[in-house]
Order: sequence, then structure tokens, then C-alpha cells
Amino acid sequence: MTGTRARTRRVLPGFGLSLGYTLLYLGLIVLLPLSAAFIKASGLGWTAFWHAVTEPRVLATYRLTFGAALLAAATNALFGLLVAWVLVRYRFPARRLVDALVDLPFALPTAVAGIALTAVYSRNGWIGRLLEPLGIQVAFTPLGVIVALTFIGLPFVVRTVQPVLQDLDSELEEAAASLGASRWQTFRRVILPHLAPALITGFALAFARAVGEYGSVIFIAGNVPMVSEITPLLIITKLEQYDYAGAAAIAVVMLVASFVLLMLINGLQHRARRGEALGA
Amino acid sequence: MTTATLDAPVVTSERPAVRWLLTGVALAFLGLFLVVPLAAVFASALRKGIDVYVASIAEPDALAAVRLTLLIAAVAVPLNMAFGIAAAWAVARFEFRGKRVLVALIDLPFSVSPVVAGLIYMLIFGAQGWLGPWLNAHGVKVVFAVPGMVLATVFVTFPFVARELIPLLQAQGSEEEEAARILGASGWQTFWRVTLPNIKWGLLYGVILCNARAMGEFGAVSVVSGHIRGQTNTLPLHVEILYNEYNFAAAFAVASLLALLALVTLALKTAVEWRVARQHAGSVAESAGPRVKP
Repeated sequence: MTGTRARTRRVLPGFGLSLGYTLLYLGLIVLLPLSAAFIKASGLGWTAFWHAVTEPRVLATYRLTFGAALLAAATNALFGLLVAWVLVRYRFPARRLVDALVDLPFALPTAVAGIALTAVYSRNGWIGRLLEPLGIQVAFTPLGVIVALTFIGLPFVVRTVQPVLQDLDSELEEAAASLGASRWQTFRRVILPHLAPALITGFALAFARAVGEYGSVIFIAGNVPMVSEITPLLIITKLEQYDYAGAAAIAVVMLVASFVLLMLINGLQHRARRGEALGA
Repeated sequence: MTTATLDAPVVTSERPAVRWLLTGVALAFLGLFLVVPLAAVFASALRKGIDVYVASIAEPDALAAVRLTLLIAAVAVPLNMAFGIAAAWAVARFEFRGKRVLVALIDLPFSVSPVVAGLIYMLIFGAQGWLGPWLNAHGVKVVFAVPGMVLATVFVTFPFVARELIPLLQAQGSEEEEAARILGASGWQTFWRVTLPNIKWGLLYGVILCNARAMGEFGAVSVVSGHIRGQTNTLPLHVEILYNEYNFAAAFAVASLLALLALVTLALKTAVEWRVARQHAGSVAESAGPRVKP
């Protein structure tokens, strides 16, 4: 192992140049600017910082942002699993087209998604018109936020579950069936436990993306303070009032939340890979 | 693969009725969340007729937005491409301490809210920022101008190329490059003649995704743009302005350009995926060939 390393280092050039450039670019574009948020917020002092991030209006945005992101990620976990299952296991016309279309939310600019969803779900929109007699209002309500976040997070669960489902050994299912398990029992007891790490990873990725989302939400949310205002919008509001420190303080809360999520996701993916290696 | 699924015994599949039901629900979900909004963009864009559509796109402010969007992508994408290649080379070809931390840090911008990405550049280059007064004194504009918008775009598209190339280079191993070196190729020759041809599809894939996000970014660019019509307006920002002016037909007309960009991105991306899958299947069959022969 060490022998290979030493030889690689000697034979292949460019270690200093590539790593140096990587670290410099990472530092200048990402790490230094991110540290600016922490330094600006720390200028407030602890009491003012705590006050800035726990104002009732700010707390209301956390509830909406994290709550809606959680519900959207849960919706995506359920339907994403179903979509992955159908795409991997069944054959139907235009299956490859549908498969390619799943990535639309990654490719469609969020502002376009925002105005499109608003048009569809507003009172005289294609779907909003059908929901109106039922007394359901989506656009300009918290429900609209959940719809936008579901759209944004849709590909994550499908794309994490799909490869695992593809590689799943059918022998396990045959064994379960030959031991007398019903199809549903096989799914619950054999297939689902195998998919669980990928499913949870996809859920966490969708949740993390939804928490920070801005473009698709602001058009459909209505943006009423205390009701349908998301945290990223409040950061922009503070900036427009030249309250840079207040904006930085809320940004620090969001950054810490996303760091925690990132570490969680890394841990999950690490465990999933190790599980795969052990299973093989 | 396909035949195995088709001819699968009944014990490992569901009854036809269940299959149809599940397929129906999945397709209904995708139709409701993907197809309907996409169709709505084009329907709303053309609602007032083709003349209004063309006029909304050919209008000077819209054309200025197209130019700025192309300019920002033309700067941000090559920057992240060069970074992605350098980072992948360092991570996949050498062992060093803190490698896992570095890989995690490269992915960091994906988990940062676009609004926060814009904010951090305001804190550095804005009027109240660290460098603001100095920049002001020297007549350099970064925020509320194109440089700031490029920086914000570079931040949000930072990981795209690197995260495609790192696993690809790791999987390929360094035997071919070592052989080239031993045969007397210089470092750059090895890179151009051996490494680059091996990673070209992965690189293209990363660049396609990076470009789509660069052209479509809204939140981060919105914070640092200052929304000066005709000057610091990208296509997504122009859509917002038109929409907030209740000029829905024009907003959706410009949005339809971005939706077309998304469809082209999906088509290119899928084409690259199929090509790589075919290549992969081909090379597996080749290497498996002699051993399978009786």
C-alpha cells in the first residue's frame, strides 16, 4: 500500500500544483466568504445575536421553512420510492422519457418553476380551479410553499433509491417467497430494509435543498410575515433595510443547520457504502 | 437484464392490477408536479399570440438579459471546469491528510442557501462590507454589477464538475498515466493525451449541469444584482421583474426560453448517460468475452 503510494507520487506529476490551486480556489470562493457571515454576526455580541435570531417574526419563518421542507421531503420519500420502483421494475411506454423527465427540477431555473406552479395552482389556474370548490387554496398559502418544495426535491429520492433497487438481488425475494412470505411481507421485511439507507439519504438531501430554497417559493408563497414568509426571504428583507448584521445572524443559523445536515448526509452515505461492501 | 425482469417468475412481481395501479399513481404524481407546470409555461407564454411572444423576447431589455446570462455562464463555467479538473487530479491521484474533509468542503456550496451565497459577497464587497470603502475609493464596482453576479454564480455552481470527475478518476486508476510517464511523456502530454480523453464524457456531463445552473440561478444572483434593468438583469431576474409588473405574457415568454434551455439540458444529459452506459456495456462484454467462451 505504502509502496504504491510512494511510486504514484513519484511517477505522476502535478500534486503541488493541483492541490495548491484547489485549496486556493476553495478558500477564496467558498471558505473566506462564508467566514464573513460568522464574523459579521459575531460583531453583534451574544445578546444581540440571540435576540436577532429568536424574534417572533424570525421564529415564524423557521417553523414554516423547516416544517414545509420536512413535509415536502416526506412526500418525496413516499412518491420518490414509488416512482423509482415503477421505473426499475415495470415496463411501460415512454418509460425512458419519463426517467429523463424526473431530473426536470434540477434543470429548470427555480424562478420559472415558481411562476409556473403559481399559474397552475392559483384560483383560476388549471389545478387551482379544480381545488377551489373543495375549499383548498394552494397559491399564496403555506400549502403553496410545500408544493414548491416538493417540486424542487422530487429527483433526490428517485435518484438515490433507483440504483440500489436496480442492483437488488432477486434471489432474496425468491427466497422470501419460497418460505411462504406474501408479496407485501417480502417488500416490508426484505426489500424495504435494503432500500432504507438510500431512502433516508434521499430524504435528507431533499430536505437540505428545500430548507435553503428561495426562487421557486417566493412567487407561490404570498410572503405574508408570520404566515407565509420563509427564512431566506427574511434575510433579503433585512439586507434591503441595510441591517447587514441581522441578515448575517440569520444566515449563520441557516449555515449551521446545513452543516449539520451535510455531516448527517455524509455519514449516511458512508454507512450505506460500507453496508453495500459488506453485503457484497 | 431486461429479459430477466420481463420473464420474472410471479413470486418476485406483483399482480397485474397492482402493477397498473402503482404505475398509474407514479405517472399521475409526475404528471401533476412536472408535466403540468412545464406545459403551463408554454401555454401562458403563447396565450396572447405569437406576435406578443416574439415581441417580448426581441425587446432590448430581454436581449440584454440574454447577453448577460450568456456572459456570466461563459466566465463561471470555465472557472469551475478548471477547478474541477485540478481538484479531481489532486484527490484521485494522490494520498494526503484531510482528503475526506476536502471532498466534503467541495460539496459545501450545494447545501448553502442561494440567498446566503449572495449575502456573503455583500458582506465582503458591499458598501458596508470589508472591502466596500476601499473599492468605492478606487471606483471598482463588484456588487450591483457584473463581477459580483459572476462570483455568486461561481459559488452556487462550484461543485458540479469536481463531483463528477472525482469518482470517475478514482474508478479509472492511474495505470495508463503511469505507463505514459514511463514511456517518456511529459506531465502535460500525459494529461492531454491520456487523462482528458478518458474523462471527456464525465467532464461534459459536469459542464452541462454546471451551465444549466449558471444560466438559471436566481436567489444568489438576485441578492448581488441590484436589479438594474438592461444592465444587471439576467434572464431569471428579468422574468421576476416582468412578473411583478403583472406583465404575465412577457414573463412567461422569457421563462419559456429558460424552460427550453432546461429541456435541451435534459436531452444532452440523457444522451451522455446513454452513451456512457453503452460504452460501459461494450467494455464489460469485451473483457468478459474470452472468459465466457467454452
